[in-house]
Amino acid sequence: MKKSYEKPFIKKIQVGLMNKFGAAYGRHIRSEIDGVPVAELTARYGSPVFVFSERRLRDRYQSIHQAFASRYPNVNFSWSYKTNYLDAVCAILHQEGEGAEVVSELEYQKARRLGVPGSEIIYNGPYKTMDSLKTAVQEGATINIDHFDEIYDLEEVAKGLERQVKVGIRLNMDTGISPQWTRFGFNLESGQALDAVKRLVSGKRLILNGIHCHIGTFILDPQAYSRAITKMVEFSYQVEDAFGLKMEYLDIGGGLPSENRLKGIYLSPDVAIPPMDDYAEAICNTLLSKLRPNDFPTLILESGRTMVDEAGFLITTTHASKRLPDDSRAYVIDAGVNALFTAFWYNFRVELEKDIPGPHEPCTLFGPLCMNIDVVADQVILPPLPRGTRLIFSPVGAYNVTQWMQFIRSRPAIVLINNEGFPEIIREAEGLEDLIQRERLPKHLKLS
Amino acid sequence: MNKLSSLALNEEGFVFDPTTGNSFTTNDIGLSIIRYLKEGKDSEEILRSLLDDFEIDSDTAQRDLIDFLAQLRVYRLFEGS
Ligand SMILES: Cc1ncc(COP(=O)(O)O)c(C=O)c1O
Repeated sequence: MKKSYEKPFIKKIQVGLMNKFGAAYGRHIRSEIDGVPVAELTARYGSPVFVFSERRLRDRYQSIHQAFASRYPNVNFSWSYKTNYLDAVCAILHQEGEGAEVVSELEYQKARRLGVPGSEIIYNGPYKTMDSLKTAVQEGATINIDHFDEIYDLEEVAKGLERQVKVGIRLNMDTGISPQWTRFGFNLESGQALDAVKRLVSGKRLILNGIHCHIGTFILDPQAYSRAITKMVEFSYQVEDAFGLKMEYLDIGGGLPSENRLKGIYLSPDVAIPPMDDYAEAICNTLLSKLRPNDFPTLILESGRTMVDEAGFLITTTHASKRLPDDSRAYVIDAGVNALFTAFWYNFRVELEKDIPGPHEPCTLFGPLCMNIDVVADQVILPPLPRGTRLIFSPVGAYNVTQWMQFIRSRPAIVLINNEGFPEIIREAEGLEDLIQRERLPKHLKLS
Repeated sequence: MNKLSSLALNEEGFVFDPTTGNSFTTNDIGLSIIRYLKEGKDSEEILRSLLDDFEIDSDTAQRDLIDFLAQLRVYRLFEGS
């Protein structure tokens, strides 16, 4: 009778070693996503493959919407396209009732093409082309002005159309968040924001009707939002009293955290990240206490990562294992920072498709790129992984499938598990054709 | 080889290196491999013994053995190949 086998290991006994790496993150086995076995997903769509859950996305929207709508009478969510502008993801959120928040003519066009009317688009960002401003004005989009040059541009558009145009302005301010985002919009404390309003009023072509402020991203302190709201409300009444302009909306931007783990924060997300209700309470209570009686301007939220991050998974496969000179264990997997851009900010949850026996040790997970920076995760505590082991990364729904790179390897497929629990492809894997289709080789460089 | 012969082992997988004072923990298979090495077996002989004694295919056993020997080298417990 042969004895059962387990991968041999030897480990130096070092007191306190494990403490350095903190607690293992979350549950470690994930054999399915929304009832669809990981094995079935990889058999059908290969590896790596992004998987989005329609149910999780809708549930998340509904619960966040509920948190705010139950505390303030006039709430509107506008989907931040740059966070994830896959048609299927945008369409789900539009069906749920979100507008579109775009920051380029490309995103604007993508929203229009999907069927979002101009009047439900918020156009933000520091770089808006003349043509796109004109289109946005004609189609009734909400435009939040970023800088003085844009005031001139919009006045020219208004002049060309021979009518007045409603606009919002973006503010930046000290809310106690560091780093303070000062490069977008007009600074409040320096008086620049008031100067912008004066300039708008004197031009007579633009009518200010809203204020926008995005204080930063992954904000872990709900009170930062109360401070922002307080300043926005004070400013809007200052403008109303001085110029007779009524603010119809206060747009607080995005910035709510997802349940991801930021690098440098060793607490697990359920401890480090306040519940959404705390944010809703901080924002709505401040609004209700600062607004004048019977004044309920639309509260707009452009939440990005908090909405979609948890709806996304990436299934990957180990390709090789390595023992590094410092005795640490490493694996090469089939997706790297080319697919998972947010690996630069996050320590993802890493789950195994099935339980694997053997001693756990801290491991580094390298992507497939021949580049030193291609580290998807480090110090993940894992058992010895045979070649071909599936590793599931999450949450990866935000900022990856927009910022991913076609670099060394082409982009993987994206699958949506719909509300009925069936997987459907929503973006095909790219290949050589996608890489070369825009290239033109001059005649004299042809090699044969 | 000398180093290996001076290592103290016990059944629980505790390994003590008297020359450095370092201690290590290993599992059953690791313990078996260290014992074979102490007996002077080379890696091919060890592989054959593993296949005889354990429920494992030769590809996996070979990979794991290479990896384990690399770990021993990192700890300077073993100089051979
Ligand atoms: C103007 C604006 N709105 C919304 C967002 C979405 O932010 P988040 O993903 O932090 O919610 C961003 C992100 O940078 C932004 O710049």
